[in-house]
Amino acid sequence: SSLESAEHSMEPPAVPEEEMPLTTASDPEGCQLFGYVGIEAVLDQMKIKTMKTGFEFNIMVVGQSGLGKSTMVNTLFKSKVSRKASQPGQEERIPKTVQLQSVTHVIEEKGVKMKLTVTDTPGFGDQINNENCWDPIIKYINEQYEKYLREEILITRKRKIPDTRVHGCVYFIPPTGHWLRPLDLEFMRRLSKIVNVVPVIAKADTLTLEERAEFKQRVRASPRGAPGVPRVPSQPQLKARTPQIQEDLKTHAISVYPQEDFDQDPDDRALNDRIREEIPFAVVGADQEHQVNGKRVLGRKTKWGIIEVENPAHCEFPLLRDLLIRSHLQDLKDITHNVHYESYRVRRLNESNQ
Amino acid sequence: QNDGYRTLSLSGLVGFGSLPDQLVKKSTKQGFCFNILCIGETGSGKSTLINSLFNTDFDDPVSMHFLPSVRLRAQTYELQESNVLLKLTIVNTVGFGDQINKEDSYQPIVDYIDAQFEAYLQEELKIKRSLFSYHDTCIHVCLYFISPTGHSLKTLDLLTMKSLDSKVNIIPIIGKADSISKTELQKFKSKIMSELANNGIQIYQFPTDDETVSKINTVMNGHLPFAVVGSTELVKIGNKTVRARQYPWGIVQVENENHCDFVKLREMLICTNMEDLREQTHARHYELYRRCRLEEMGFRDTGPENKPVSLQEAYEAKRHEFYLEMQRKEEEMRQQFVQRVKEKEIMLKEAEQQIQTKFEHRMLMHQEVKMKLERKKKVLEDEISMFIEKKSNAELFQSQASVSTPILSLKRDKDRK
Repeated sequence: SSLESAEHSMEPPAVPEEEMPLTTASDPEGCQLFGYVGIEAVLDQMKIKTMKTGFEFNIMVVGQSGLGKSTMVNTLFKSKVSRKASQPGQEERIPKTVQLQSVTHVIEEKGVKMKLTVTDTPGFGDQINNENCWDPIIKYINEQYEKYLREEILITRKRKIPDTRVHGCVYFIPPTGHWLRPLDLEFMRRLSKIVNVVPVIAKADTLTLEERAEFKQRVRASPRGAPGVPRVPSQPQLKARTPQIQEDLKTHAISVYPQEDFDQDPDDRALNDRIREEIPFAVVGADQEHQVNGKRVLGRKTKWGIIEVENPAHCEFPLLRDLLIRSHLQDLKDITHNVHYESYRVRRLNESNQ
Repeated sequence: QNDGYRTLSLSGLVGFGSLPDQLVKKSTKQGFCFNILCIGETGSGKSTLINSLFNTDFDDPVSMHFLPSVRLRAQTYELQESNVLLKLTIVNTVGFGDQINKEDSYQPIVDYIDAQFEAYLQEELKIKRSLFSYHDTCIHVCLYFISPTGHSLKTLDLLTMKSLDSKVNIIPIIGKADSISKTELQKFKSKIMSELANNGIQIYQFPTDDETVSKINTVMNGHLPFAVVGSTELVKIGNKTVRARQYPWGIVQVENENHCDFVKLREMLICTNMEDLREQTHARHYELYRRCRLEEMGFRDTGPENKPVSLQEAYEAKRHEFYLEMQRKEEEMRQQFVQRVKEKEIMLKEAEQQIQTKFEHRMLMHQEVKMKLERKKKVLEDEISMFIEKKSNAELFQSQASVSTPILSLKRDKDRK
């Protein structure tokens, strides 16, 4: 055990005999430990507990039909979790209005149970007149917050409040290669205020690497890299010029995940800055395996080659997967709970006061 | 168990197996809070035990026996082990059991525990709240120190524990257990446990529902109450230096499981069940407090027709009520003010009257006195003028007499001669 002596000495305020202090003293004193106590065992206790209760994760995919949303989600979770897969045989028809459909499955890995809910939005952006097509989505997200709020303010409430709030919304940008369209901007602007939005360039295999880089450039802002943060080494083409999708996002004050305001400490900021440099990820989804160099890989087979989904040289799917699942899943949930849900609550409680 | 949802199998590594690690990493960054309440009579070994448990010297001043009432003294410390930061708060009951009349001994403790719940509830009910960074002061565990009499629990013990068992996790401990022999100890322990059961006192049971810890927890549940010895002295035994108490007849080693249950307590309290203690405090004791308090404040989950009432509407109704109450009070105060002003006015008028009367009275008196004096003056003046007259008459007479006096005098002298 390491000995930490941060001594802030503080005497509790002298209390006259008649008073009874009902609050704790304000400043903590740092103490030296003379030997092993076992405090760090609490980490294992936590792990055991969370593995027993399991996790909930709710993801929403938004984008025009045909952008590969369902395939992408299946690829992310390596199983048929999307709506299409669970309702085979249904004719695919573009609905007249945006509908939201959620499908829930339970998946398990390494003893960790996860209840995964995927919400699809068929009909988004598919109409001739797409005005306000984001309203049903906003309504759905707010409805989940409302559900949670109602449970939370009950007098006799459940030990574990069921969490249906959307933790992450993956927005699929069509690979037109030019600029963000008004629909994209409108949607992201409105939704990034109430939910974590992760934009991705869909079907990126229709763009060459240079076109990909240019598109990103147009959508990103000039990187405000933190001083001293080494840039992730990657192909030079991808990072050639100042990214412009971010510029677009910045101009319209759209704050996508990971939001800068919620970086907690310098380590966080450094890690998230690196991620922010890559956003939006150019992804390709595939749910079929092929044989490449003697290995079985997930990929799309075309006449001119096999696009390996998990190969960082081909597409940025691994980055998306790492962000959403391997490193920031808990963070997505925390920001949803501590920031978005709290602002919904404030709005709602203030509403009823007027 | 899966709530009726389909289970899917994964065709490859997804990566969410790292979720518990992500969660743990976040919690570690945030740090942990743990709040211990020690109840026991002065001199039962509370501070020494805490020092031994956490292997540090908490610098707690020794208290006297002469305090008029029970006070609670809380101190917060920051401990770090590896990369885990623990904000430990130790709350001590000072003067417990010292008074001649112990009727009010446990009330300050109950009030303190309620106050911590209340503070958390207030934060939770706020509109703009920051639960994420809230320093949780709710008591997670109460170590109740039983005196090592060897007989049974005292009435004070029973009363105190009964009033606390629905508010906090109680772990009963026999302090200074080196004064009891092994055979006496077993009898003492079973007596204590049966008394607790007979009085319906619910102490904290180490959880047995998870396979990883159920076995050891079940065993430990059977060892309650833990008979502990604490020590701030280090004694060299063989080639090791251990915490121990040195007596002429031997050395009691704190960490020797044959000598006392200290190791068991530390194991259970810190290494195995700290997280469960924290969770029980919130999931059970705090929720109970919250429910009672909200019901007290008049909130209900279902309205008169058994339809769910939203807390919003209840809030609104309460706010309205409160607002009306405020208005009424304001009106009342205004009336009072007007009333007081009137009364004061009347008082002042009366006083004015009185002064006026006095003034007139004095004036009269002044006049009378003046007149009296004038009269006297007149009298005196008359006397003076009479006197002057007399004087002038006498002088005249004297001058006449002096002309004829010499013959008379000669004649008198001749006569005398």
